[in-house]
Amino acid sequence: MTVLNINNNKHQIDANDDMPLLWALRDILGLTGTKYSCGSGYCGTCTVIVDGLAQRACMLPLNSLVGKQIITIEGLSSDSLHPVQQAWLDENVSQCGYCQTGQIMAAVALLNEIPDPDDQQIDRAMAGQLCRCGTYQRIRKAIHLASSMMKTSQDEK
Amino acid sequence: MTRLSRRNFIKVSTITGTGLMLGFNLSGCSDDSGNSDKSSTTSFNPNAWLRITEDNNITIIVAESEMGQGVMTSLPMLIAEELEVDLNKVTTERAPVDPKFGKQKTGGSTSIREAWHPLRQAGAIARDMLITAAATTWKIAVSDCSANNGHIEHTISGKRLSYGELAPLAATLPIPETAFLKNPEEFRLIGKSVPLLNGPDMVTGKTLFGSDVTLPDLLVATIAHCPVFGGQLTSMDDSETRKIPGVQDVVRIDSGVAVVASHYWAAHKGLQSLKLEWDTKGNERISDQSIMDRFSSHPDTANEILSQTGDPGAGLQQAKEILEAFYTTPFQAHATMEPMNCTAHVHNGECDIWAPTQSPDDAQYVASTYILSTTEKLFAKIRRKISDVRLDAIRVHTTQMGGGFGRRLETDYVAEAVQLSLATGKPVKLIWSREQDMQHDFYRPLTHHRLSGGLDTNSRISAWKHHVIGPSRGKSTGGAEPIIYAVPAFQLGYTEDNYPVPTGYWRSVGSSHNGFVIESFVDELASSAGADPYQFRAGLLEHSPRNLAVLRLAAEKSGWGSPLAENTGRGIAVFESYGSHVAQVAEVTVTQSGTVRVNRVVCAVDCGIAVNPDTIKAQMEGAVVFGLTACLKSAINIEKGRVMQSNFHDFRLLRIDEMPVVETHIVVSDEEPGGIGEPGVPPIAAAITNAIYAATGVRIRRLPVSPADLARH
Ligand code: FES
Ligand code: FES
Repeated sequence: MTVLNINNNKHQIDANDDMPLLWALRDILGLTGTKYSCGSGYCGTCTVIVDGLAQRACMLPLNSLVGKQIITIEGLSSDSLHPVQQAWLDENVSQCGYCQTGQIMAAVALLNEIPDPDDQQIDRAMAGQLCRCGTYQRIRKAIHLASSMMKTSQDEK
Repeated sequence: MTRLSRRNFIKVSTITGTGLMLGFNLSGCSDDSGNSDKSSTTSFNPNAWLRITEDNNITIIVAESEMGQGVMTSLPMLIAEELEVDLNKVTTERAPVDPKFGKQKTGGSTSIREAWHPLRQAGAIARDMLITAAATTWKIAVSDCSANNGHIEHTISGKRLSYGELAPLAATLPIPETAFLKNPEEFRLIGKSVPLLNGPDMVTGKTLFGSDVTLPDLLVATIAHCPVFGGQLTSMDDSETRKIPGVQDVVRIDSGVAVVASHYWAAHKGLQSLKLEWDTKGNERISDQSIMDRFSSHPDTANEILSQTGDPGAGLQQAKEILEAFYTTPFQAHATMEPMNCTAHVHNGECDIWAPTQSPDDAQYVASTYILSTTEKLFAKIRRKISDVRLDAIRVHTTQMGGGFGRRLETDYVAEAVQLSLATGKPVKLIWSREQDMQHDFYRPLTHHRLSGGLDTNSRISAWKHHVIGPSRGKSTGGAEPIIYAVPAFQLGYTEDNYPVPTGYWRSVGSSHNGFVIESFVDELASSAGADPYQFRAGLLEHSPRNLAVLRLAAEKSGWGSPLAENTGRGIAVFESYGSHVAQVAEVTVTQSGTVRVNRVVCAVDCGIAVNPDTIKAQMEGAVVFGLTACLKSAINIEKGRVMQSNFHDFRLLRIDEMPVVETHIVVSDEEPGGIGEPGVPPIAAAITNAIYAATGVRIRRLPVSPADLARH
């Protein structure tokens, strides 16, 4: 039994503590927005945010996560869309959509760290996020858009 | 207005009997013969429906599958346009799978092409029936009524009734003989960029992919296949596996062995602990090198001549200059981001299947072969057909696909899930590991190509011979003829040579490698003729205005001919496939170490009327990435009868930091729509390698490009 803080809720997970977070999310908690693709840390499809950083859920055993704050796509924003999600819609990024929840989580973590990234910073942060449908050009645009949306809402506050 | 004799339409009585429901046919034949008495015969089976209910729900029911190509947005656009409703008022439902509806495949870039007439006709016919219903209600002339935003209005008094209010009366009216379709200049929706309707679900993680299916008591399985193609399991020791908490069962099925567990992690660990022995049937002798060696030792004469015009032998003999070249293209995996998976529940002789599939009809058929009784099977074998009654018991629920690209036209993973549910008596979700997905694909075939071309005294192509060596005629030679250029003497030859590596349909199929071969060899001929590659092509396309126009547009937008930085070159290619015309100009830089960077790709596309321009752009961007990956980065290699690649570290996909700027220019056209999912793939590899040639003088004849070939340039 492992107790984890996921999307600001405490979850008791009845599983062996070597189970990667990915499968606890998907098969035990029913949070299927986090996807499996390579299972080996190569593709970023399973990206979640742990203590503010983008991490690969397929590589994180449950016992490494106790006391950490985990955010998945389901917990990204409580009511309306997160600006990154809105930017994804505005740029019509998704094709099949399978990689996109991971892309979005990686982009959110990037913008938390660098609020106004240039193309190189985007490339560096997102290079581990594969997309077979080839949506990269739009991902770049959407991150710039989200950045300016977040800046505007900061200025308004 | 365009008057079109409608094709087959029938009224279907709805369950509640109070709405309007039209049944019609989406099929490959765009026959508008208007043979109206067909509509009343009982032999006509609709495979698509439009339903308008009293509570104003407008639904189209079609058998297409969504895999990112945007079809669940562009199909409703066609109906909404003619029916005069908002796009967001139209919902889409998947048609049930039933053999009497005909083929239900999503592949070959056919969705919009097949739906273009019938869906708009359905919208127009329903609109006119609603207008007649309103005119009858108000006892006025039809010409005084108009359809607008989900209502019929009386133009003079401003009275209005909603479609839902009129649907019951409309349902009692005869179907009009003629459909009045809008002219393209009257379109308010078609031709406007519309974001994908399922966009919000995709960015919030709510979209249900096949691997997300959950059911009460669901078990999760994962599978091992014989690493050597064609091999079989001879023995196994599962004692360690069965000790793993969560493991429920270890099941041998015809294609391998699966561990069934309460969740994926236990199944995965269980599979790792299995000790398996395989009979490899001698196939460990196979390697891609051995296949290539064999292919290159074939005599020059092809076994079959598939197509010929003029006298290519004489054409070559009389040529001022003859050029010969060999090309080789490797195996490629589909590598969809969502691995193969399927959920099946066999219960009381019935079966429910949830599958991300491009072929729900084949999925249904393959499932039936496992759940039928022996007598029924025998009967099916003799008749080669399974009675519809039995197939009714097999319900296929098609889910969103995490990429398709042709891989999900196959049904291997469906057969496996059905067998696992049969064996355990429980609903089972089978998920392949990435490694299994990579090593047990139906690959784009490895093919070998021999080309001979002649140039006449005017430096035009006088003769063209192309000899393709590979397995499966369609997959090897697709797209190799006709060539778009004016060539007086042409021959396509084929030598079939099979190997025990499964091959399948890989985005744009034969055109993906034949586009590379043809557009590279044309470039070689241009260079031998001392001509500019763009002008050389343009000179051979005077008879083919649409190809010429995209070629010109791509050249112009790319700044063809303008100076470039050092070690940088431009390459051009143009190809026609799936009813569309695409030209691309790639600009690449080659470093001293031989690394290729694609800086920019300019695409010009003529796919007829552009239904959803932003989807067309997205598909071009996606096709460029797909083809560029196969040109520069990925390949499947076989050694000792098995695939050497296993995951994304050795089957490398293009990453965001390698993404070129892709610009798409769409030719304004009022021709009927062509396909869009595939046509962007065929020219891209040649555009890149032609640019490499321009930058370095090195001609690439074997894919993927190896930096070693370019290091010394
Ligand atoms: S599934 Fe976790 S990195 Fe690929
Ligand atoms: S949108 Fe399909 S894999 Fe990225």
